[in-house]
Amino acid sequence: MLRRLALPCAVLVVLGLVVASLLTGGYDIDLHSLLHDPEARRMFLISRVPRTLALILAAAAMAVSGVIMQMLVQNRFVEPTTTGTAEWSALGVLLLTLVAPGAPVLVKMACAAVFAFVGSVLFLSLLGRLALRSQVIVPIVGIMLGAVVGAVTTYIASSANLMQTLPAWRSGGFSSVVKGTYEPLWVVGVLVVVLYAVADRITIAGLGRDMAVSLGLSYRRILYLGLAMVALATGVTSIVVGFLPFLGLVVPNLVSMVRGDDVRSNLPWAVLGGVALLTVCDLIGRTVVAPLEIPASVILGAVGAVIFLSLILRRFARGGAVHA
Amino acid sequence: MIEFRDLVKSYGDRTVLGPVSGRIEEGGITSLIGPNGAGKSTLLTLLGRLAAPTSGTVLLDGTDVHRTPSAEMARRLAILRQDNHFTARVTVRELVAFGRFPHSRGRLTAEDHEHIDRALGFLDLGDLAGRYLDQLSGGQRQRAYVAMVLAQDTRYALLDEPLNNLDIKHAVRMMEQLRSAADELNKTVVLVVHDINIAAGYSDHIIALRDGAIVANGTPAELMDPDLLTRIFDTPVQVHEVDGRPLAVHHR
Ligand SMILES: Nc1ncnc2c1ncn2[C@@H]1O[C@H](COP(=O)(O)OP(=O)(O)OP(=O)(O)O)[C@@H](O)[C@H]1O
Ligand SMILES: [Mg+2]
Repeated sequence: MLRRLALPCAVLVVLGLVVASLLTGGYDIDLHSLLHDPEARRMFLISRVPRTLALILAAAAMAVSGVIMQMLVQNRFVEPTTTGTAEWSALGVLLLTLVAPGAPVLVKMACAAVFAFVGSVLFLSLLGRLALRSQVIVPIVGIMLGAVVGAVTTYIASSANLMQTLPAWRSGGFSSVVKGTYEPLWVVGVLVVVLYAVADRITIAGLGRDMAVSLGLSYRRILYLGLAMVALATGVTSIVVGFLPFLGLVVPNLVSMVRGDDVRSNLPWAVLGGVALLTVCDLIGRTVVAPLEIPASVILGAVGAVIFLSLILRRFARGGAVHA
Repeated sequence: MIEFRDLVKSYGDRTVLGPVSGRIEEGGITSLIGPNGAGKSTLLTLLGRLAAPTSGTVLLDGTDVHRTPSAEMARRLAILRQDNHFTARVTVRELVAFGRFPHSRGRLTAEDHEHIDRALGFLDLGDLAGRYLDQLSGGQRQRAYVAMVLAQDTRYALLDEPLNNLDIKHAVRMMEQLRSAADELNKTVVLVVHDINIAAGYSDHIIALRDGAIVANGTPAELMDPDLLTRIFDTPVQVHEVDGRPLAVHHR
């Protein structure tokens, strides 16, 4: 009975947060003015709704990316910002801006996704080459790799005077999201549907190559499909809002602790959890220093880092599991 | 029938298996025995298409296992490796249900649930079905893996040391299950087993490996020879008759 009610309750809570997000912000918009003031309604549709939709879609993108990567890499601590994937997408966007400054957003998106994909494949082959299995070392290597790529990107950008184009520099803020900028994020909705369709395969891939092959999966194909989905999600998110650190790490881990790792039945929980966390971070960022704003990613980075550390410490406390 | 021809597996310039050739007849239990490092697991993973041979072919009922689409192969042959680790948290029931994936592609039918329940029952896992694998003992986990293979319900099942970590009761029970799968359902089971007496007691056929070569191949009665066993294992082994059955003894 309780189990049956859990999901509807969670949906209600998240809906509440979404409404709170819609009703928070600079202009005076509330239920009353929405009903009587056409100007308020216009502002609402141009800025508030796109901002909240971007929040939801970006959160879903990162949560889903974390789920996929953690299963495919068989490591609890990987997600786009701990594997260098996000940094590669930023490098892609920057290089495209250098070559073709006026490229349409869809081309940018594709370019970011291709770079993110290449970056993840490089990361995985590096892990394979170093025969790295340790749960804790893997993300450290990923973060270092990301730092190197990020430094190269920053160097190129500053020498070409293009710092403002960098997703990292924009650092996951939603304040500039208005109608006309967030729409590419709808691709995330498609990704969630695709993930639902291939969820069992992703879970089986999480049991390791040999089990997957024994069960008749084409392991390589599912690996590349998963990485491509992560790359697309990461690429589009970093173009529209910038990096959202740790979200893809924290949410799937919490979900897994409570519900295990069955990707199909976890999917709604991962999405809801991601939206809840990001909305709360965004609300905090918008209210504590109002009328100024702290980007949601900064709050997320702080909250996420603390949870990340406690997850790692939990592993150390359980002893041998660190090396498993 | 599984037929393997001139199988060789090398790592770099070190050849760990072969060339070996042979066949495993349809129906019945075949056990692979031999000392550590003999190449038993290597041979099994080549037969089960988990690793590609450096050279040679494996034919399952006439089709090359390494060239047949994996999804089709998974309905005919299941393989369990010696060591299985993963970080994913799944329950025993979820794991066993994945054994049905080759047949149902994730949409479990009533028939799938029957297979799952039967496999859980065979391995005495009914009470543990809701537990996560990381909450089980080594032997309980091993039984869960074998249950998954049984749920896969393929004509051929290759199991690398399925008795690992099992107590006497569950070891005997598992061998009885495999025996009845072979006798009643005409399944073909290939096992790697370290206990020679278990191998002799339950198999129809035994293949002995040593240093990457097949050194003996025959019925349990033929293999239960003190000189042969002593040579294979490099350890003095005597064979006594107990209740009309040969029993290998290798301790004082
Ligand atoms: N990936 C590998 N790289 C190099 N050598 C390997 C590799 N895997 C196995 N070997 C070697 O191949 C030989 C055969 O190994 P295999 O695992 O088949 O032995 P086994 O008969 O199953 O032994 P055990 O009873 O210990 O399980 C061993 O000498 C082993 O060291
Ligand atoms: Mg072995």
